[in-house]
Amino acid sequence: MGIGRQQVEHVAKLARLHLTEEELNLFEGQLSAILEHADRVTALDTEGVEPTSHAIPLRNVLRPDEVVPPIGPEAALANAPFAEDGHFRVPRILEEEG
Amino acid sequence: MAELWEHSASELASMIASKEVSAAEVSESCIARTDQVESELRSYLTLTPEEARRKAADIDAGIASGARLAPLAGVPMALKDIICTKGIRSTAGSKILENYVPPYSATVARRLDEAGSALLGKTNLDEFAMGSSTENSAYQITRNPWDLERVPGGSSGGSAAAVAAGQAVFAIGTDTGGSIRQPAALCGVVGLKPTYGLVSRFGLIAFASSLDQAGPFTRNVRDAALVLSAMAGHDPSDSTSLPEPVPDYVAALGRGLEGMKIGVVKEISGDGVDPAVQARFRESVQILEKLGAQIGEVSLSSFGYGIDVYYLIAPAEASSNLARFDGVRYGLRVDGPDVAAMNANTRAAGFGAEVKRRIMLGTYSLSSGYYDAYYLKAQKARTLIARDFARAYEEFDLLVSPTSPTTAFKIGERTEDPLTMYLSDICTVPSSLAGATAISVPCGLSADDGLPVGLQFMAKPLGEATMLAAAYAFEQELGPLPKPPLWSTA
Amino acid sequence: MTDDLLTTIGLEVHVELKTNTKMFCGCPVGFGGEPNTRVCQVCLGHPGTLPTMNEKAVEYTTKIAMALGCDVAPYSIFHRKNYFYPDMPKNYQISQYDHPIGEHGALEVEVDGKAHRVGITRAHLEEDTGKSLHMGGRGRIHDADYSLEDFNRAGTPLVEIVSEPDITSPEVARAYATELRAILEYLGVSDVRMEEGSMRVDANISVAPPGERGKKVEIKNMNSLRSVFRALEYEEKRQREVLRAGGTITQSTRHWDEKAGKTQELRTKEEAFDYRYFPEPDLVPIEPSVEWLRQLREELPELPVERARRYREELSLSAYDAGVLRSTKALGDLFEEALAAAKKADAKQVANWVTNDLAGLLAARPEGSSTPEVSAKHLAELVDMVAAGELSKNQGQQVLAMMLDSGRSPKKLASEAGIKQVSDESALEEAIDAALAAHPDIAERLKAGDNKPFGFLMGEIMKATKGQANPKVVSGLIRKKLQV
Ligand SMILES: [Mg+2]
Ligand SMILES: [Zn+2]
Repeated sequence: MGIGRQQVEHVAKLARLHLTEEELNLFEGQLSAILEHADRVTALDTEGVEPTSHAIPLRNVLRPDEVVPPIGPEAALANAPFAEDGHFRVPRILEEEG
Repeated sequence: MAELWEHSASELASMIASKEVSAAEVSESCIARTDQVESELRSYLTLTPEEARRKAADIDAGIASGARLAPLAGVPMALKDIICTKGIRSTAGSKILENYVPPYSATVARRLDEAGSALLGKTNLDEFAMGSSTENSAYQITRNPWDLERVPGGSSGGSAAAVAAGQAVFAIGTDTGGSIRQPAALCGVVGLKPTYGLVSRFGLIAFASSLDQAGPFTRNVRDAALVLSAMAGHDPSDSTSLPEPVPDYVAALGRGLEGMKIGVVKEISGDGVDPAVQARFRESVQILEKLGAQIGEVSLSSFGYGIDVYYLIAPAEASSNLARFDGVRYGLRVDGPDVAAMNANTRAAGFGAEVKRRIMLGTYSLSSGYYDAYYLKAQKARTLIARDFARAYEEFDLLVSPTSPTTAFKIGERTEDPLTMYLSDICTVPSSLAGATAISVPCGLSADDGLPVGLQFMAKPLGEATMLAAAYAFEQELGPLPKPPLWSTA
Repeated sequence: MTDDLLTTIGLEVHVELKTNTKMFCGCPVGFGGEPNTRVCQVCLGHPGTLPTMNEKAVEYTTKIAMALGCDVAPYSIFHRKNYFYPDMPKNYQISQYDHPIGEHGALEVEVDGKAHRVGITRAHLEEDTGKSLHMGGRGRIHDADYSLEDFNRAGTPLVEIVSEPDITSPEVARAYATELRAILEYLGVSDVRMEEGSMRVDANISVAPPGERGKKVEIKNMNSLRSVFRALEYEEKRQREVLRAGGTITQSTRHWDEKAGKTQELRTKEEAFDYRYFPEPDLVPIEPSVEWLRQLREELPELPVERARRYREELSLSAYDAGVLRSTKALGDLFEEALAAAKKADAKQVANWVTNDLAGLLAARPEGSSTPEVSAKHLAELVDMVAAGELSKNQGQQVLAMMLDSGRSPKKLASEAGIKQVSDESALEEAIDAALAAHPDIAERLKAGDNKPFGFLMGEIMKATKGQANPKVVSGLIRKKLQV
């Protein structure tokens, strides 16, 4: 399967990547090539095969509900590109939450 | 008499413990060696000589006061810059984290510190570990100590080059699809990728969460066993960390190869592998046989498409793992009229081409309408690969193949075509997908270009002890390899 | 409404769990406080950090699933829900998708004597987001100049309870949400304070002729059970009017404006979101053991329905009383403690005081303050005083109001305010004689068997005794004196 220009643009939007015309063209070709190579997999017969999302058979890994002291607001904001009175500041939000 | 930096970790640990040398002397020697060749190699993104000196002083003070010594006391190391270090800039080789200083340390960094090792610096890598040549670093191109015109491999190229050139006694890298084993092979050092879950992932800046593992680069197999023993073990901060107790890998080295059944994997040892590499590989198999191993060939058809499975799964997980780099809480920020524009501008400026390519690929293979055809399908194919491994291990104790289909390639040679670059990983991805362990051991130089060739041993999950014993026996039989030309620059 | 349009409502309820720590890190859970003080590298989504599952949150969610009659999944996993939002540190939410902890449950609610069954699709566990503070403009998201992010709430364990579209009216929706809140309160797993956001209700409502599927309209920002009802009532009316006028409803999300009392369109959902769900590789599956599940079932407290049944069957209370007493755990608990402490009064009397007088006074107070500032001990004391005739019913009500404000003992309050009921005949004789003397005509009419002025006479005597005379005793004395 290949991938079309419209899909590339849609995917860039989903991924919050501002891409240039050149990048869009480049990726359209390269992603198609990679995906065509992957057709060897998409063509496989995996009837009745369970997917593997964990290579290891662990189960029920749980943590006791015990408080660990927070790192404190200074440390929390130390790497902030733009902080304002104890908060992380961001430009205006256009859409409501998902 | 050899310089201190030339010694192995095992040697230095005992020399320091026996007060033959001080930790301070060892650190100074390594710091000097690093400076001596760094301008040519560019292995490091951040040097931390003061950190190394502070630690060495602690160790020497401990020795003076007769304190019990940790296994790596005073042995200088380097960490791939994708491993978070509290208070020390950690960039993942990306512009988006250029000034990022973690508020915490990775469990691996903590364990090695507790084991007494002194940090020399943070090494170069392909941005977010995405690459096979370290050319995708946003900062610099690291050179191969064997030939400065060639790549050290990747993504952990800085760690491999540093160890190969004597800039660090050992170094830690991360391996998602071959990022430890392939550069180890291309730089002529030992590189081990542990079983998924053996070493904590807490503090490793995530690329593909279901595949990432940290492991050692060393100059011999004994050191690999020594360093792995210090890194491995359960960590409650990582829910995928295995609870099993860690064996003493060094103690297990003596087992030998006698009577071991070793399978040569047809799909990744012949076609697609450079003839000169094949030649060295065949000789290596003969050595294994000579050492008493029973050799057989095994065909694991699923290995043929491992690379495709890998390049559907890893980018998908990466696209989600890298979503957090949005200019809000840390890292680069390029503003915009609204928050979505700010995110998109920041990511456009902060990520390099390969990272963008994989985010695009991964986002696509997860997006509605394509999930079943790509991501889910790949997860099922992954099951088939694990089954093939399981089948092979009913018959064999270990599997072998070349680590990389070629020796170190020229800088710039594969940057134009991502697909050929991706194919550098064909031999290493199957173990990664199966969550199994594998190691690359130098097995000689290519007759074509005189560059190092790596032999890959693959074992079943938690088969490290057996695998290390085999690799050790092989290494002993093969004898010492020539050092890279750069070595003598003293 | 009297036309043939049918209303279909489904509710999606989010509840914050009352655990000590967040879902995936050890930071304390709390409300308010200085911004970004309850955060760490994990809940700030720093590079390299990993989630670790809070066992208490899994336990609470499992209990919720059980209490809602859900099947508890023998195998349950987390997924990543991927979308960008600045209050979400990782730009994905760790949530559940095709293997939630609970599925296929149901709740029974009663509205004007009619029982309604509301199916529960799923109860799943996820993590909460941080909070955005919108600055400039009118402080609302749409006209803000910029926003400030506080991640104290980020990572708080959140259970999402999704109902089937079985709800046929705003009344049933309110009853369902009320019952759900009561159950969660009984379980002790959440504060369920809508005004603090520890319980949040979103609604889907569509109106259509029988047999047709209406266009779903989602309503957000309803901050109390009352506003859930008002918003749905408004939206139902709006959609019916649009349809009756021959218009069509567009699938959309609307925002409830409490002050304006109307819903406003936020966005029309042409292109659905693409969340790119995939199994969270940083976490492993939950497979609860049979023993653990049995233990949790044994730990389940008495639930509202069971409590009401017990009150009717064992204490023979009226359906009404039982209904009110089970509506919040606090009220029922108060009733039971007061009943235990009361020496003279019986269950019926105690229940009356709680359901009529106390509940009435409480209802007059702002939502959320469901716990009365009156102790069971004091309530029992009051009910006993009335039962013993030390206070009249009216005086009791007066004192109860004082108790609610002061939280003090009724004995003290009554004696300080000089509120008591006089039953001693000799103490009352004087007032009665005076009244009869002052109104000889009335005495005559009574003697002549005309009972009409009796009330007037009582009133006079009550006035004279400042309302303290025991009416029973007084009327007895009057009749004795006049031999009627
Ligand atoms: Mg939700
Ligand atoms: Zn936290």
